[in-house]
Amino acid sequence: MATAETGIGKAAKRKEDRRFLTGEGRYTDDIDLPGQVYACFLRSPHAHARINRIDTGPAREAPGVVAVYTGDDLAADGVGGIPCGWQITDVDGQPMKEPAHPALAQGKVRYVGDQVAVVIAESYHQAKDAAERIDVDYDILDAVVSPAEALEEGRPQVHDEAPGNQCYVWELGDGDAVDDAFNRAAHVTRLDLVNQRLAPNAIEPRAAVASYSRGEDQYTLYTTSQNPHVTRLLMSAFVLNLPEHKVRVVAPDVGGGFGSKIFHYAEEAVLTWASRKVGRPIKWTAERVESFMSDAHGRDHVTHAELAMDDSGKFLGMRVNTKANLGAYLSTFAPSVPTILYGTLLAGQYTTPAIHCRVTGVFTNTAPVDAYRGAGRPEATYVVERLVSAAAREMGMDQAEIRRRNFIPRDAFPYQTPVALTYDVGDYDATLTEAMRMADVDGFEARRKEAQARGKYRGIGYSTYIEACGLAPSNIAGALGARAGLFEAGEVRLHPTGKVTVFTGSHSHGQGHETTFAQIVASRLGVPYEDVDVVHGDTDRIAFGMGTYGSRSLAVGGSAIMKALDKVIDKGRKIAAHMLEAAEQDIEYDDGTYRVAGTDKEISMGEIAFSAYVPHNYPLEQLEPGLDENAFYDPTNFTYPAGSHICEVEVDPDTGKVEVVNFTAVDDFGNVINPMIVEGQVHGGLAQGIGQALLEQCIYDPDSGQLVTGTYMDYIMPRADDLPSFRVGTQNTPCTHNPLGVKGCGEAGTIGSPPAVIDAIIDALSPLGVRHLDMPATPVRVWQAIQDAQGSRAA
Amino acid sequence: MELKNEQRLPVSRQKAWEALNDPDVLAACIPGCESLERVDDHNYDATVNTKVGPVKARFTGRVTLENLQPPESYTLSFEGNSGQAGFARGSADVYLDEEPDGGCRVRYDVSATVGGKLAQLGSRLVKGAAEKNASEFFGNFTRHLGGEPEGAAEEAAAGSGQAAQAEGGGDSPRTGYWPWVAGGAVVVLVIIILLL
Repeated sequence: MATAETGIGKAAKRKEDRRFLTGEGRYTDDIDLPGQVYACFLRSPHAHARINRIDTGPAREAPGVVAVYTGDDLAADGVGGIPCGWQITDVDGQPMKEPAHPALAQGKVRYVGDQVAVVIAESYHQAKDAAERIDVDYDILDAVVSPAEALEEGRPQVHDEAPGNQCYVWELGDGDAVDDAFNRAAHVTRLDLVNQRLAPNAIEPRAAVASYSRGEDQYTLYTTSQNPHVTRLLMSAFVLNLPEHKVRVVAPDVGGGFGSKIFHYAEEAVLTWASRKVGRPIKWTAERVESFMSDAHGRDHVTHAELAMDDSGKFLGMRVNTKANLGAYLSTFAPSVPTILYGTLLAGQYTTPAIHCRVTGVFTNTAPVDAYRGAGRPEATYVVERLVSAAAREMGMDQAEIRRRNFIPRDAFPYQTPVALTYDVGDYDATLTEAMRMADVDGFEARRKEAQARGKYRGIGYSTYIEACGLAPSNIAGALGARAGLFEAGEVRLHPTGKVTVFTGSHSHGQGHETTFAQIVASRLGVPYEDVDVVHGDTDRIAFGMGTYGSRSLAVGGSAIMKALDKVIDKGRKIAAHMLEAAEQDIEYDDGTYRVAGTDKEISMGEIAFSAYVPHNYPLEQLEPGLDENAFYDPTNFTYPAGSHICEVEVDPDTGKVEVVNFTAVDDFGNVINPMIVEGQVHGGLAQGIGQALLEQCIYDPDSGQLVTGTYMDYIMPRADDLPSFRVGTQNTPCTHNPLGVKGCGEAGTIGSPPAVIDAIIDALSPLGVRHLDMPATPVRVWQAIQDAQGSRAA
Repeated sequence: MELKNEQRLPVSRQKAWEALNDPDVLAACIPGCESLERVDDHNYDATVNTKVGPVKARFTGRVTLENLQPPESYTLSFEGNSGQAGFARGSADVYLDEEPDGGCRVRYDVSATVGGKLAQLGSRLVKGAAEKNASEFFGNFTRHLGGEPEGAAEEAAAGSGQAAQAEGGGDSPRTGYWPWVAGGAVVVLVIIILLL
């Protein structure tokens, strides 16, 4: 039985922390196989160049070198390109442009870091030294890195197949209705926004160890993946043409992903292929500089957005035009992030009746851009909330009041938005009210005055965000272009002794699944929490899985486990009926005990499990022995976590330095299984969101296309002293369509926080005339904004 | 990256120009220079060990002189590689002007691109490192020709090898009172090589 400390809703200590905190975690780079050799990838130093010739001869003769391969070797073996998992349909009905994405460059390199060759040697340093000896004859071509410039006439062309560097133009919503709304509007707020490019920066760099067993004709790939089954599917079926059952993919402990480890990367396929060629296991571990240049990046939007209102501040219509940088190649989910996960969220928490969104996906000479914590939804939230806050300032309205006037009321659910989603449940007023209470909004003016006395400008910013999580109903995703299902699989195996192993297709890389899922199973089966282990991340042990991203693990993976639990309990009921000599319909089940209704005749789950494996007194004619059930769960809708974030900052007008002094987040996550884990997820999300707002930015030199933020000297990550102690709370309305009533909490902090921070800064500096800021609000930018505002006032 | 500078030299323009023609002397004075060979009148092959911030690498490259208007001006272009550490490409317009006192003034306008790991790791450090290295070169060169760099003895004394290369910042050569004797092409060559 789940005890008082470990039941659903309790802050059970994390099971996995025992091994993490004692140094017993087993990450990909910890895995060493007998006879292992090491790979080093030669990467392009150029943003855009034609490859005339690659001379690998001197590298092959270098000490310790086992093999050197280039794109030609892959092509000769019929190895395919890296596939894209999502197809967006262009506004004219044509499929998006989908140029080949070779695993090792073919004829051209298209971004700094593009992999050109792989050297395999006895040691990593030998491989690295030998890679220096590869002579590549490049014709250097002009590069383009900004999505807006890439669409201009006469710019360098990244792919011949995509004229004008355009991958697709995608539209959503009723343009005529929006035009009509703008014609009727009493006020229109207009903003030009940049959502800057971010590097994901998981603490564990990507790594892989591939091996091939000749005896079993079996490949094994250990890799840093958020979804090993998807990696296996994409790699075996699309890249290497291997039978899926002959490939095992294991994603052991993984040190953070934030989306960047969802995708199937070229290095995984090249290593797997090469492990058979050289007949030895091969290990590759990215150096941090490789992570910066070759992990899929996030965000990188340029947007013009407009909001039309009547004279009371009621929203009438919204128009959004976004240019989204997809990078040089389409990463696994790249096309869906600035479209399906972005345009559909533009209603936010509001009743805006008419919305139109136009997104142009653009190829540039930069690393591929794909899902990064929040994936499309932070970009949407940033547009909506910046518009709403600016509108309130322009209309002279209170920030809370303009939001309340436009909230979808709590009795309006299920609510159909004009951008395709049906929100199932929510209470936006409740989270805002609670957030304002926790943030002590009433005391803010006094704090502002006190700060002013110290020479600081203090401001307050709001963000009332929504996200669509629990990806996703497979049929809807399929209709929107997904080339995969988005269900999840779960299996609950009771052993003869009543101990339980749970197998989940979700993947934990920091989320604490081993704890949360064990709490659910222990509670439902009435067995001790300690008797439940959760297994994930191995295609040989888990039937199937779609992995972890989009805050889907609990809502979808947890629901699959719930379905498997139902099957276990139902089968147990049949066994109990037999053992208790009662009719099945008379058996009640509660907290691990089967009881004949109205009697004291009962039997525990442990006894049932024993009987299932030692079936001496067992209904063998009607029922198979064993107690091991597998289930697949496909959600019927997205889940819609939502919340209110309130940020208070102080700005030093002399230096432009911004200090986040208070940050309050009140979220609606539906039912909460482990509040400590939820709080931790919110804390991490807020740190990343505040990091984007104030510090982080991935910069390519606009002329040369060189990545100039490739180290932690230039790419600034948030540190503890950049952050306040967060005030975190929940106001939950249970999800209506999954068995746990849960919504997901992994991305909320990152989605909700950036506009709250930026608007707090604008609020602080509005007495100085500052109306607009782009992220990241670094001291120099803030200082410059103050100077510009002062200058234009003086003029 | 753009780098614009000028340098007064206490030798005639003609002498400064001629001073370019001894690769052995130059090799001895360029910090970290492993070899510098004249391929023909217009081309040099160089191998230099250098370090910018955390990047330490051995670069090989070729320097080409074009648009030669002896002894007044020319254009110099350079391309160098160091495998994984990156590459540098650049060109410079160099002018030698006569000074009324019989000396000359070298003006150079360098435009260079660094790439790969160098750009990632060292872009903020490259310019400072290049200027520092140029100072060191002039110190070496002056001593080689029997002079002593005034007012910069300390710095020059430390600079017989690569020891001071990676520190960035440093005095710009334009501020000194050194008895400069080098030619402009060498200045630019050194700067570009050391931009690597």
